[in-house]
Amino acid sequence: MLKYVSQRLFYTVLLLLLVSLSVYFIFDLLPVDPARLVCSKNCSPALLRDTRHKLGLDVSVIEQWLRFLQGLFIGRDYGVAAAAIHCPAPAFGYSFSRHECVSTVLSHAFPVTLSLAVLAFILWMTVGVSLGVLAARKKGSIFDRVSTVFVLIGTSLPTFLTGVLVVIFIILKFNLVDPLEIGNWSNPLTDPIGWLQTFIWPAATLAFAYAATYTRFTRSNVIETSSEDFIRTARAKGLSEKVILRKHTLRAALAPLVTLAGLDFAGLLGGAIITEKVFGLDGLGGISIEAVTSSYDLPIIVGTTIVASTFVVVANLIVDITYAFIDPRVRHA
Amino acid sequence: MSTFLEVKNLHVSFPTEDGAVLASNDVSYSVALGETLAIVGESGSGKSVANLAVMGLHNPQRTKISGSAILHLPEGPIDVLSAPNETVRRLRGKAMSMIFQDPMSALHPFYTIGDQIAEAWALYNEGSKADGIKRAVEMLDLVGIPDASKRVHEYPHQFSGGMRQRVMIAMALVNNPSLLIADEPTTALDVTVQSQILRLLADLQKEFNMAVILITHDLGVVAEVADRVSVMYSGRVVESAPIDEIFYNTTHPYTRGLLNSIPRVDNNGIGTRLKAIPGQPPSLISVPKGCAFEARCEFASHVSGGLCHAVNPDLVEKAPSHFGRCHLTGQQVIEIANQNNGVK
Repeated sequence: MLKYVSQRLFYTVLLLLLVSLSVYFIFDLLPVDPARLVCSKNCSPALLRDTRHKLGLDVSVIEQWLRFLQGLFIGRDYGVAAAAIHCPAPAFGYSFSRHECVSTVLSHAFPVTLSLAVLAFILWMTVGVSLGVLAARKKGSIFDRVSTVFVLIGTSLPTFLTGVLVVIFIILKFNLVDPLEIGNWSNPLTDPIGWLQTFIWPAATLAFAYAATYTRFTRSNVIETSSEDFIRTARAKGLSEKVILRKHTLRAALAPLVTLAGLDFAGLLGGAIITEKVFGLDGLGGISIEAVTSSYDLPIIVGTTIVASTFVVVANLIVDITYAFIDPRVRHA
Repeated sequence: MSTFLEVKNLHVSFPTEDGAVLASNDVSYSVALGETLAIVGESGSGKSVANLAVMGLHNPQRTKISGSAILHLPEGPIDVLSAPNETVRRLRGKAMSMIFQDPMSALHPFYTIGDQIAEAWALYNEGSKADGIKRAVEMLDLVGIPDASKRVHEYPHQFSGGMRQRVMIAMALVNNPSLLIADEPTTALDVTVQSQILRLLADLQKEFNMAVILITHDLGVVAEVADRVSVMYSGRVVESAPIDEIFYNTTHPYTRGLLNSIPRVDNNGIGTRLKAIPGQPPSLISVPKGCAFEARCEFASHVSGGLCHAVNPDLVEKAPSHFGRCHLTGQQVIEIANQNNGVK
């Protein structure tokens, strides 16, 4: 087991290095020069060279990447001498459009994204799994059919539609949230009500789409597992239906859900771009889309991409380790 | 020997869109403590279906069951087909147990075999988890798993097929059931392992004085362990007799066909081709009104007036405790068979 985990850790670090390196190469290929954007209209070649040096773009991509790695561990200074701006470790870069260290921008955006992801995750797991199990147990009933309709609607409606519908027909119509307050950040520890008011609707919108998928997945897994030989064995032993469902069917049927849930959650930690945009949330998704569409803020894009991919890679590792705990066949393989 | 299970006029059918599949059609059999009844037949003959009904393992929503299956328990007889579900559940594992064909998939992959055996034990015994594991080790020892106290903590995938079937047997017997139904317990195993498992079952039967129902399509297996044999075809019992009678005084053409289709090592067998029964069993949805085997039967032409096609024969006693379902007498079948062989 220890060997398995250390092996996976090694590959995870390797993968993250490769991801960050390729992000640098991709952005180097883009036909956009950040230095030119920063120094804008009154740009002279000397100023451009200066800016480029200030941004650390006057060296090769590999070296930029190595500096970036170094910055992650020991922090980094942008600019020279007295004019230098210091970004403490982990330094992802310096956003010249926001005049902030990227890590500072990220640290403000991340709680928003995390709140949305956690709340949505709780909602869709509860709804999706319980609907799925109930539908499977009452296969063919009215309830099962209604849940199929729910699945169909949930999977086919995009969040930019459901999100807008929620904003117009629920939030604004019933005055649930002051229109000016939509998307305002409140600390869940000091102002839990305000936090919930901000996040419950975007989380519900997001959860609606995910819950549908999870309902379908859970339903089919429970039905499939119920016809397994080992469930018949459990019944032949004399176990009650309740114990069979709880201990035998669900254990086997929901195990694959761990993988799915881990990866979906990790994906959301990188920012739910559309939902954040619709509800005006300044999460990772919100700032990346702004960085891409309006300010060409490459350091921000690099930062969010790397953060998002780190979550996915780390989640993969956690999911694999968790799965080894759940399924002994993986552990011994 | 006292009869333990008595199945009478068991009908099991599964409603489908095309009509009801009558998988078990007026089936009767019984088995006594200490006795092994083999139920033989090809796939789809209804042998598993009938016994799953006795165990109460059919989905009640998708199955129609009638008839009776009386368990003669020490505290009095009980009909498991009409008893409430909860009552039958409390008999499973304790009064009657079942092991299945494929030991590879019959154990839960996520629990250690110790946990799975202890779980069965804890249903009917007071005691801690540790007691259950201790009992599991005893059972594993009993079924011949070496190093049982260590292996009890291992998972099913760490066992070979034969060892898993031993685990299944240990689990089925952990509460000393009076009846063990073994549904093709050796079909998925190597031939060498097969005979080990059969010997193990026979030994355990003696030790626990169990009634054993052995469901199989392998007459070689039957010859090794059975006391009595019921042959099933197309949902019906077509012949039922003590083991020697079946092998030496077969009265039914179908049983003859089965016997001819297995390789023999005596002088009659060497150098000759195996004889397959031509054709397919009839659909179980539209049961023919005559004998179900008629279309494939080489003896049917010897019965006058199209009787085989028109009338399904009753199960009658052809010789003492030897029952057959055929319009011909046992003697006639033997004579015709000899004639046919002579012609060749």
